[in-house]
Amino acid sequence: MTATSAASGTTDTVAVRRAIASTPRPPRPGRLATALTFGWRGILKIKHVPEQLLDVTLTPVMFVLMFTYLFGGAIAGSTGAYLQYVLPGILVMSVLFTTVYSGVTLNTDLTKGVVDRFRSLPVWRPAPLLGALLGDSVRYVIAGTVILVLGFVLGWRPDGGLPGALAALGLVVVFSFGLSWVFTVMGLLLRAPNAVLNAGFTVLFPLTFLSNVFVDPATLPGPLRAFVEVNPISVLVTATRSLVDGAPDGTAVAVSLAVAAALAAVFLPITTRLYRSR
Amino acid sequence: MPRELAIEATGLVKAFGATRAVDGVDLAVPAGAVYGVLGPNGAGKTTTIRMLATLLRPDAGSACVLGHDVVGEADAVRGAISLTGQLASVDEELTGRENLVLIARLLGLGRAAARARADELLEAFGISGAAGRLVKNYSGGMRRRLDIAASLVVTPPLLFLDEPTTGLDPRSRTQVWEIARALVAEGTTILLCTQYLEEADQLADGLVVIDRGRVIAEGTPGQLRSSAGSGSLHVRLIDPEQRPEAARGLEQAVGPVVLEPDGAALSAACEDAARAAAGVAELARAGVALADFSLGRPSLDEVFLALTGHLAADAAPVPEEQPS
Repeated sequence: MTATSAASGTTDTVAVRRAIASTPRPPRPGRLATALTFGWRGILKIKHVPEQLLDVTLTPVMFVLMFTYLFGGAIAGSTGAYLQYVLPGILVMSVLFTTVYSGVTLNTDLTKGVVDRFRSLPVWRPAPLLGALLGDSVRYVIAGTVILVLGFVLGWRPDGGLPGALAALGLVVVFSFGLSWVFTVMGLLLRAPNAVLNAGFTVLFPLTFLSNVFVDPATLPGPLRAFVEVNPISVLVTATRSLVDGAPDGTAVAVSLAVAAALAAVFLPITTRLYRSR
Repeated sequence: MPRELAIEATGLVKAFGATRAVDGVDLAVPAGAVYGVLGPNGAGKTTTIRMLATLLRPDAGSACVLGHDVVGEADAVRGAISLTGQLASVDEELTGRENLVLIARLLGLGRAAARARADELLEAFGISGAAGRLVKNYSGGMRRRLDIAASLVVTPPLLFLDEPTTGLDPRSRTQVWEIARALVAEGTTILLCTQYLEEADQLADGLVVIDRGRVIAEGTPGQLRSSAGSGSLHVRLIDPEQRPEAARGLEQAVGPVVLEPDGAALSAACEDAARAAAGVAELARAGVALADFSLGRPSLDEVFLALTGHLAADAAPVPEEQPS
């Protein structure tokens, strides 16, 4: 009783005075330290609301199971052979889908007063955004790991072994970090988290399906095949496959990284400007 | 020598689309005291604070906060202020302690120092028992205290308090007032936005009244109150249907009547107890049943009526938030 009444109730004027009297302002932290602190905030949120990971893991798990066992036999002759083909593709898809949630989280944040506090702090302006995406990268790694582990359980055996799989995961996470800035722009422009979710998937869904994630483009009619082959997601999937196969396709990897860098170069400044003027 | 100014603003303007939320506000806020910005919802208080706290760029006019221009030297301004917004400016999905550690780390405290500072504030503000709980499970009063604590991780020379007690129970409100007084005693300047005349009365040394984006009065709370007469008779009816009848009776016996936002309440400017008694007697004679009546200080509504000729509740609603 004594403990609760002391703890859950009243302010202690003497303690308040003491607490507000003795605070010299410390030197400002560096930019990276600030961004990492915001990243820590993102990770804390994952820790406190682990349910949000279900969103980003259940769908890809369902896709792996559905495509492998429902369509695998028809597409590749056997479910085992198809799993070898489709798993790197689904790794890409599931992590890319997760990037949409970066925009959704940012949009949700903006409706709360806490953003006002961040914006009134003397910190490096892009730090909250950069940190949020650093935190999101943890989510990308988790989503990707779920797919790799599931594949392994179902009998997927990449020729590149664990190093190849980790390299592939790394590439996909780096690409997603670049792509996320597209969705943070949506997150800042659209009114509601749901609108961001819908707009994001309206872009990502066709792009993912009209790629080489599920089928070999050699089987497609000419114009569609032409589109699929220039689709950056196809390039990323090709690069990812080459890494898990232990035979890295240097061009595809380089193009994937260049696309990620280009997306960040265009959309990161737009994001920071929009965030500043909100 | 005149007191140093913590905030000096001239001709601040901010428009959202066609509405001019802030329409030429001048402010001169002396350092080391609580300065009130009083006005109804939608008067432009929050927009004004957001411009002074560098969250919004003014469309016209200029403002200096502790000697720094809010546009040109925004970063220096941010280094000297803290903001406790109208929406609680804390992260609901983190615990109370995590919120404070986060701010402390962002301000440059080391890991251990940040934790120690968080615990010191949690203790002082009576939140230590809930330090490990997510803020979304906090009561309104606790959330507000945490919000203020987050503003004081490093004690700022200037603190913005935007409606710090709106929606709080009386006990929590008193606690917030005590914290504000303690801060001023330590030398912090507070800019307080409020809808409550009583709050301004309790805390502010000087204040402005804002209506429809403009400053319509400036002075001490006492001066302001006397502009609406020294007191007023407040009456609450059992049956709101009888309000027109009650208004007629009070108009005759006492003076100009103000219909309050609460549909069963009305009041009339009234200098002395004898006239108030006559008013109550008149209502009794007219068969109007009273739930309660009191002779007290004029409400914001009455001050508004005296200053503007219209009621606070009738003020044109201006969106405080930027439409997005």
